[in-house]
Amino acid sequence: MAESRTPAALPDLQRKPPLWQTPWFNTLGRFAALIAVFVLFAVLVEKGKFYSVRNLESILRQSAVYATAALGMTLVIIAAGIDLSVGSMIALAAVMAAWTLNLNFAGAEGEMVYVIDQWPVMLPILAVAAALATGTAAGALNGCTIVYLRLVPFIVTLGTMGIFRGLAKGIAEDKSISPKDGAWVEDIMEPTLSGLATELGKPAEVRGDLSPYWTLLPPGVWMLIVAAVFAALLLRYTRFGRHVFAVGSNEETARLCGVPVARTKIIVYALAGFFAGLAGLMQFSFTKVGSSTTAISYELHVIAAVVIGGGSLRGGEGSIVGSLIGALVITVLSMGGQQAGWPKWVQEVVIGVIIIAAVALDQLRHRRLA
Amino acid sequence: MSLDEFMADQIATDRADAVPRLRMQGVHKRFGATHALRGVDLTVDPGEVHALVGENGAGKSTLMKVLSGALAPNRGRMWLDGEPYLPAHPLHARRCGVAMIYQELSLAPHLSVMENVLLGVEPTRGPLIRWAEMRRRASRALKEIGLEDLRPETAVGRLSIAQQQMVEVARAVALDCRVLVLDEPTSSLAQTDTEKLFALIRRLKAKGRAIVYISHFLEEVRAISDRFTVLRDGVSVGRGVTAEAATEEIIAMMVGRKVDELYPRSSHVSGEVLLRLCNLAGAEGPLSASLQLHRGEVVGIAGLLGAGRTEMVRTVFGLDEVIDGTVTVGAYTGPASPAKRWRQSAGMVSEDRKNEGLAQGLSVADNITLPRLEGLGPWSLVVPSRQAAACLRWIERIPIRCRSALQPVRSLSGGNQQKVAIARLLHADVDLLLLDEPTRGIDVGSKVQIYRLIDELATGDPESERRPKAVLMISSYLPELLGICDRIAVMCRGRLGDARPVDQWNEHELMVAATGRD
Repeated sequence: MAESRTPAALPDLQRKPPLWQTPWFNTLGRFAALIAVFVLFAVLVEKGKFYSVRNLESILRQSAVYATAALGMTLVIIAAGIDLSVGSMIALAAVMAAWTLNLNFAGAEGEMVYVIDQWPVMLPILAVAAALATGTAAGALNGCTIVYLRLVPFIVTLGTMGIFRGLAKGIAEDKSISPKDGAWVEDIMEPTLSGLATELGKPAEVRGDLSPYWTLLPPGVWMLIVAAVFAALLLRYTRFGRHVFAVGSNEETARLCGVPVARTKIIVYALAGFFAGLAGLMQFSFTKVGSSTTAISYELHVIAAVVIGGGSLRGGEGSIVGSLIGALVITVLSMGGQQAGWPKWVQEVVIGVIIIAAVALDQLRHRRLA
Repeated sequence: MSLDEFMADQIATDRADAVPRLRMQGVHKRFGATHALRGVDLTVDPGEVHALVGENGAGKSTLMKVLSGALAPNRGRMWLDGEPYLPAHPLHARRCGVAMIYQELSLAPHLSVMENVLLGVEPTRGPLIRWAEMRRRASRALKEIGLEDLRPETAVGRLSIAQQQMVEVARAVALDCRVLVLDEPTSSLAQTDTEKLFALIRRLKAKGRAIVYISHFLEEVRAISDRFTVLRDGVSVGRGVTAEAATEEIIAMMVGRKVDELYPRSSHVSGEVLLRLCNLAGAEGPLSASLQLHRGEVVGIAGLLGAGRTEMVRTVFGLDEVIDGTVTVGAYTGPASPAKRWRQSAGMVSEDRKNEGLAQGLSVADNITLPRLEGLGPWSLVVPSRQAAACLRWIERIPIRCRSALQPVRSLSGGNQQKVAIARLLHADVDLLLLDEPTRGIDVGSKVQIYRLIDELATGDPESERRPKAVLMISSYLPELLGICDRIAVMCRGRLGDARPVDQWNEHELMVAATGRD
């Protein structure tokens, strides 16, 4: 009796959603867009250069910093927050790593004694720990301020963007720190694949030692891959991950359902800080110096990467794979633009247009779904 | 033809010489496969309050959208004062003199009263706004509806909901509307404000404006309307003179079946006390509430909007702060966070499905499993396929109409959304269910399913060793409280009265207790 009254418009229970509505297709679409952009530059840039092994690896290395920071930003944006301080956190972490590696004091005869000479193994590990811990602490500070002072994330991270940048400058004493010996920390972004390719291209007689290239990809890229898998599993298969989506989709509902909203938010921002610290290490390795003015305006690229990857600033939506693709799109655009000889201003205009177009397309799809 | 229909027709014939203000005939509207309106007739005279009643989903909103020009009918005709009327868009309808006041107010909170009243029709000289003229016109409209003391410069956001609604009426009056349509105008008003609104409606009626009053609160329909039309499944199934129709008759027309089939009630066996309130006072509400709720019992809380019922449940559940008295849930005494309440085997359904009850963008499975993500995978992981599988059971049992457990809740109908909110308590397998307006704004079919479910939960099932549960249910709809509860307590101005067995109450006594008249 009750059934007979339900309007006929209700969809058939057994009907599968059309292919273009599945998350799979969605990711595939973003991937297709990435390929399209890549092919565009492969054609535009003089022959073969853009898809050479060296350039491909270069794209991977360049995008690794954005992508690593974008992992954290994905969590933050899914939880309906925003983190403008990510660029400053990257700089602060890079400076901390350099500062630790460069630890020194005046010896008995007034000469400079570098700690790295005495602790060649320990100190680099300490430097990595310092960068990661700094990032995590900075992120946790963001989270606690947002939760306990009940402020909007935009305002809090706008403030800490200045604070962290200022601290970085303070530690670097307004200069950049170039450690005497960067040890292996300096080498995590060194190209390996192109080195390997060069060596393999040589005849066997003159072929050099292949062992430095055993990692195949730069260690930093591997770090990104491990971190991304970790973040994706965290989001999809843990209670914490489901809580992040719930808090972002509807905080009131989450509270009603007993989700520890405050704790979830603080952990999200702390994780974002951790990933920014990792990105800071990579940035240090790239530049070999701990500069307090590095990674300026990276927050915009990172946010753009997440948004291109399907993250919604209203919360509740976003994916790690999407954000990785987004970071690659941003990198391919900027590197491709450079190599195709576009003036800087054209690059910036094009990137801006792409971001808006990506989000507009996404919204169109959403409206069709509703 | 019933006597009432006969009378109505008589009256219609008597007035045949006068042209009706608004006439709709055989209006049809289709959306794809849905046939939302399947032949609606409606006639409203000048100086008449005409109630349009029907359950949710009966087609009232669609009909009003057709009337206001937001939708074009597929078939049928409309006349306004005898002239054919076919609005192309809402502004066109407004210019023809058909004004709508929707459930959700459509005001710009940052703008002043006068700007809101004349929004879209501001008096201008070239590109400039004529502020003096604007103030004059706004004041005139405010005066007509008896709001002379409201300053036209006040920002609308600073007014109460009731005052804001008056501003909406003023907006309609300023355009000199011939037909004013009010869609469930009292759903967010307190009793005294409702009376003010009624006074205003009578005033507009006396000036010869035609008013269409949409509601499913029959008490209101009775209080304010002259005639009524009943809509069911997109068809106008009955009409009559309000004063001459019995409430039961109107209900029967609305739901299309006899009333006693609506409310199932098995005999319940009450067990130990699962919820005990002792002079509970909360930061936002109630002043004092004492109650004992046993296993196997359904206890209803009646009362007016704003009496503190929702706040009482929120205080019990740890969403609002306890300031005095004690709460005992199961074996635990004292205040606790919502997270702890779930662990103490209590669950709550919010009255506000959209903003608090459900995460609209997340899937059915995510919404159902949110309070209890344990046991959905190895090593306390949450495996999405296990999550969906765990929900299927409830989707089939309740049943929830959805394509799959992974469908976003946003895309479900109101009734099915509500069932998702309730399924969450079933998944968490709580003993104590706190339901705040569990059937608000949902279709009658879903209502009956929810009534059955509540009854089954309170009865338990000895065969499958499902123990009876305790249900505390807030409702503003008295017939359903009287229909399914074992005991009912009434809350009035923050104080909860004694919970008395349902056979000691009737609608009249409940209303008396709720309004605090002795």
